[in-house]
Amino acid sequence: MYKIGMIGNSADVLCFLPLGFSALEANDAESAITVLKNAVKSGEYAILFITEELAVLIEEEIARYKDLPLPAITVIPGRAGGKGIGLASIKRAVERAVGADILK
Amino acid sequence: MAEIRVNPTRMELKKLQTRYRTARRGHKLLKDKRDELMRRFLDVVRRDKELRVRVEEALQRAFASFALASAVSNPRMLEEALMLPRHEGELSVSYRNQMSVTVPDFSWQENAAGGSDSYNYGLAFTSGELDSALLELGAIREDLLRLAQLEKETQLLAEEIERTRRRVNALEHIMMPRYLAAIRSIKMKLEENERGNITRLMKVKDMMLAAQYKEKHQFFPDEEDA
Repeated sequence: MYKIGMIGNSADVLCFLPLGFSALEANDAESAITVLKNAVKSGEYAILFITEELAVLIEEEIARYKDLPLPAITVIPGRAGGKGIGLASIKRAVERAVGADILK
Repeated sequence: MAEIRVNPTRMELKKLQTRYRTARRGHKLLKDKRDELMRRFLDVVRRDKELRVRVEEALQRAFASFALASAVSNPRMLEEALMLPRHEGELSVSYRNQMSVTVPDFSWQENAAGGSDSYNYGLAFTSGELDSALLELGAIREDLLRLAQLEKETQLLAEEIERTRRRVNALEHIMMPRYLAAIRSIKMKLEENERGNITRLMKVKDMMLAAQYKEKHQFFPDEEDA
């Protein structure tokens, strides 16, 4: 049995606590990397949601776990609003597979 | 292009021909695999994109409700109210084989006490806005899980397609032409040897005939005149 983790600042993770997600609080790139690394290392989390604000800061770290079956790291917009980073990652996956973005 | 250097023998020719046949069969299979992967990938990506747009909109609505709830209530009270999860549950993961790619399937099992509209906080000190915000957020949990799953599937399929495409290209543009070039050069070398052999035999035959002729004339010098 696995858990679902939510990485973000305290205001963002608070909203997801009632859903049964575990709060993994991080306020800057450094702490986000540490939290992410620990979460992956523990093997307890199958899904890790991360807010867009943090995801842009630690893109390389997230990319390291892209090709593993678990955990699924998914970027979602935080309370500050979305910047379209999630859609951009889909676009990148399409470009990687097809060689060009064909979903315009 | 680096060539395959081998001894020009029939043995090597046979070996190379077998390897070329295997490469051709592998190339065809991998090409079929790539096409099927691509078909599935595009299907998954379309669903992923649709779902993401929907989830992001729903999240914005839920966050707006939260903003409203936090505006009308005391921040410490809000924190206290949200501290304990309203729904406790566990995530189970099963794996599915999608064209040799292992893809996870997520399902959420709730160990719920009370119905979906139960709250883990007292209603006396919290606002109605908080209830509706939580209701909105609770409604998209399934979508969030599906989004995570589709996104993972997209990434894994993309990686597999990239790898398969590289293999197909390597076979098509490097391995197979090399084998063909090596086979051709060995065949040409063998033919050249064959021609050399025939020429040598003809030459020997001529020499033998000349020797016979000479011998004959030595013993019967007048025969020709007669």
